[in-house]
Amino acid sequence: MIDDNTVKHVANLAKIEVDEDEIQEFRRDFERIIEFFNRLDEIDPDVEPTYNVIPLKNIMRKDEPGETLERDRVLANAKFKENGYFKGPRVVE
Amino acid sequence: MITVREWRERLSEERAYDLIAELIEKARKNRYNSFITVTEEMALKQAEEYDRGERGGKLAGIPVAIKDNISTQGIRTTCASKMLENYIPPFDAHVVEKLKQEGAVIIGKTNMDEFGMGTTTETSYFGAVKNPKDDERVAGGSSGGSASAISGDETVLALGTDTGGSIRCPSSFTGIYGLKPTYGLVSRYGLIAYANSLEQIGPMASSIDDLGLLLEVIAGKDERDSTNSGRSFKYSPAEKKFRVGIIKEMNADERVQEVFHDFVSKISKFVEVEEVSLPSLTYALPAYYVIAMSEASSNLARYDGVRYGFALDSLDSWTNYFSRVRKEGFGKEVKRRIMMGSYALSAGYYGKYYLKALKVRTLVLQDFLKAFERFDILISPTMPSTAFKIGELADPVTMYMADINTTPINLAGLPALSMPAGEVKGLPAGVQVIGRHFEENILLGFARMVERNEV
Repeated sequence: MIDDNTVKHVANLAKIEVDEDEIQEFRRDFERIIEFFNRLDEIDPDVEPTYNVIPLKNIMRKDEPGETLERDRVLANAKFKENGYFKGPRVVE
Repeated sequence: MITVREWRERLSEERAYDLIAELIEKARKNRYNSFITVTEEMALKQAEEYDRGERGGKLAGIPVAIKDNISTQGIRTTCASKMLENYIPPFDAHVVEKLKQEGAVIIGKTNMDEFGMGTTTETSYFGAVKNPKDDERVAGGSSGGSASAISGDETVLALGTDTGGSIRCPSSFTGIYGLKPTYGLVSRYGLIAYANSLEQIGPMASSIDDLGLLLEVIAGKDERDSTNSGRSFKYSPAEKKFRVGIIKEMNADERVQEVFHDFVSKISKFVEVEEVSLPSLTYALPAYYVIAMSEASSNLARYDGVRYGFALDSLDSWTNYFSRVRKEGFGKEVKRRIMMGSYALSAGYYGKYYLKALKVRTLVLQDFLKAFERFDILISPTMPSTAFKIGELADPVTMYMADINTTPINLAGLPALSMPAGEVKGLPAGVQVIGRHFEENILLGFARMVERNEV
């Protein structure tokens, strides 16, 4: 049901690198988990889905500027930074 | 276990500084691996303030431990993950602000399953928590460190979080009290998200009154969490003739079932008890896991190794960099859940899994609401067994099965607590007490009545 390519495809969607030797293990785990999910095939309820149990609508605060964090506190947890900005990986080759 | 009342008696005789220093020493020895970080400096400073009479409030001088997925300004908050091993939040969670306002002494950050994903606290990057009742066994999860810290006399109160049973499971396994509040009663601002439509922060303690006190402090309006109900909570345990329903679909192994039967026969002397069936619960567990993993895959997409968290030695191209950061930063169970969530949400499977699970959620909610037309309280064994041996549950799906009685409550957003009911060969077993939305005082009132009658 789950083949190696499915594991690779899902790993790519999730942006998690997996080694060749991990693929077999994940494949077995995924088969077990999907078999467990597939119990839902037994029913097809004719009801609306519930995203949130406590019905709240349009919860908005007043549009007033509040306090924001200082720049160096925002950057404090980043390993790579330059001129007061986060530095990310190269996007264009 | 130390109750708030006992601690206050100690405070009337000794300096808070000395009492807290003694607890800190215990926490540093970390016999059960309850703590990831001990906040010695802050705790002793807060104790000194109390001794000088500068620290008032509902929790003045009372030690509180905080689960390590709740943000504490200036104190590392790891989620028990390598990904956040050195992350220092620049702000406090709403509940932490509340604790500070009410004079609590924050003694440390507690161990947990990585990002809350587990039932035994074995998925922690910092190692498993040991059960104070038997140190070859797990303390339950994911709030295992908060439970072992209370059960092992390392704190008086603790905060946990509960996405599918993470407060109630360890409470049951270690013989303490723990409450998952109604969804929306406690602000999630500053709680590092795992599955945000399911999770709540809640109190863990060694008595019902202490659960009520801590809930009163942390509940309330907060604009920074858009799912917050805006309600506050005043602890006022109900006293009445409770109508109690036993949920037919929630069971346990033979020995835990015996403890549960004893509990039922004892309460039958002063309340009406009747069995009730909630047929949709058959599908609640897979529906819960589909929703939890789907939400996890989205929530945990933020860990990119750029703005905070684990980073590689040098930046590579973006395709490699993110994938490698996440390969090295996440543990196995977290990877499984992110990937299965991505699968359940991917093209072609959305209707089959995610949408179907949300429909089952509607059925579960309807079944509960119907049962609550006849009953004030529903009860069940909290867990299907007592605490497992460390390493006993190797297979992920077998582990998920342990959450069978706790997860439907999160799907329905209901409040539920676990209270000690007895022991099986020296290992505690809890009873789960479930109530209507925002009726925490009914739950607590019932549990308190049971507690006073020494069941």
